Amino acid sequence: MLELLQYEFIRNAIFAALLASIACGIVGVYVVVNRIVFLSDGISHAAFGGIGLGYFLGLNPLYVAVAFSIAVAVGVSASSKKLGAREDTAIGVIWALGMAIGIIFIKLTPGYVPDLFSYLFGNILTVPKSDLIVMLVLDLILIITVALLFKELLAISFDRDFAQTLRVPVNLLYNVLLILIALTVVMLIRIVGVILVMALLTIPAAVSEIFTKRLIHMMLGAAALSLLFTLLGLWLSYLTNLPSGATIVLLASLVFFSTLLYSRCVKRVS
Amino acid sequence: MPNVAVEVEGVSVYFDSKCVLEDINLKVLENDFLGIIGPNGGGKTTLLKVIAGLLKPSKGSVRVYGKPPDKSGKLIGYVPQMNQPDLAFPATVWDVVLTGRLSRSNLIKPYSEADKKAALDALKVMELEGLKDEPIGNLSGGQRQRVFIARALAAEPKILLLDEPTLSVDRRLDTKFWEYLNDLKSRMTIIVVTHDISALSKYVDKIACLNRRLYYNESKQITREMWMEVYQCPVDIIAHGLPHRVLEEH
Repeated sequence: MLELLQYEFIRNAIFAALLASIACGIVGVYVVVNRIVFLSDGISHAAFGGIGLGYFLGLNPLYVAVAFSIAVAVGVSASSKKLGAREDTAIGVIWALGMAIGIIFIKLTPGYVPDLFSYLFGNILTVPKSDLIVMLVLDLILIITVALLFKELLAISFDRDFAQTLRVPVNLLYNVLLILIALTVVMLIRIVGVILVMALLTIPAAVSEIFTKRLIHMMLGAAALSLLFTLLGLWLSYLTNLPSGATIVLLASLVFFSTLLYSRCVKRVS
Repeated sequence: MPNVAVEVEGVSVYFDSKCVLEDINLKVLENDFLGIIGPNGGGKTTLLKVIAGLLKPSKGSVRVYGKPPDKSGKLIGYVPQMNQPDLAFPATVWDVVLTGRLSRSNLIKPYSEADKKAALDALKVMELEGLKDEPIGNLSGGQRQRVFIARALAAEPKILLLDEPTLSVDRRLDTKFWEYLNDLKSRMTIIVVTHDISALSKYVDKIACLNRRLYYNESKQITREMWMEVYQCPVDIIAHGLPHRVLEEH
């Protein structure tokens, strides 16, 4: 087991799991308590458009995906507010649009088409050092933003109307939250891919919620669970020679359903 | 002559083309305890939201101590209708009551000692100190409603707006609920929207009836005409012999 650590790609994978878990713990909690799972999934699929655009322009696809998914996140909330479209309809449209844009740009990219599969399903074993630095910077942005706005984000997550009566800038804060989600989604795409991002964003937070009673504890629990899922999933995928992203998600889902069953039984007994 | 706390002038609200409030005029004096009744869909929540500054009226104006509601700072303590609160939300009573101290000016700053003291005072008024560290999901409907009032009080408002505060209150367990409001009435102006007519008759000073239009004669009496206008049918309320008569003699 330990001899694996001598490989750089394994060490990078462990660092990537750690950095991604910090983001999952913090942002996943907001996604779950605000019930914006569908919106977050829409953002992650739209990010694929950014990846395609990045290849087309010859830029780092992750950087372009960050910008692209932020624009999408803010765009959905604005378009449903200003144009009067139902939010979940707007999400459905942008979800598909993002994917379509990605596919078209990649087709238009001349020459070698890179491994798309790794963006769709992720591969924690191929995260390069340069991406680790991007992830570290994103984590710092997340931690600082949430530390500064913790009480406001709690208030708008719990009762947006009430916060608005106190003249708290709720729309601005909600957009900040969406931007944090967009950043996290892009970070996770490297590890579990566009299709499986939501598992890491929702499952650790949902499991943690069952055992915790305060937002901050829920975040710490979610980060720890996320780390456990990614590392254990990675190890299992090594043993079984199955794709790492899907194995991580499978493991997390198993824990999710077992915890639900467990908490149901505990409630019934008491 | 007491100050005018809230003045609503010619307010109409349309959702798309549907008229929800029509030409509402209402003057609420400082330290009034006003009850607003009316049928479901009659615009009661909408009127409170207009006063709280959550909703801009399509026509007309609202003044809270002479200022528009979105500029009136912390004058208003709003207790929204929470018929389906998220009981799994990971926050304690203390976390929730503290959010009453938020404002534009303490954005990105931690809560100050003064904030904590005001929140603690609000908890004491609502007799919730013992539940301070309890997760809100563990409370009874009545306790939760008191938490929401404490949260509004933490802002130290001059006007308290309550939207159906007794909807989730189990009356057998929380007989004291209206007493808490009654104790507050010397300190602030209270406007409460409710279905609970028996409580209204006992505690409030003035009653208005709302069904798209507002019927209000600055008193506690509902005339038979007001009642007919609002509910569109004669409703018998047993009023005979009650010490707190709402309907006029008939």
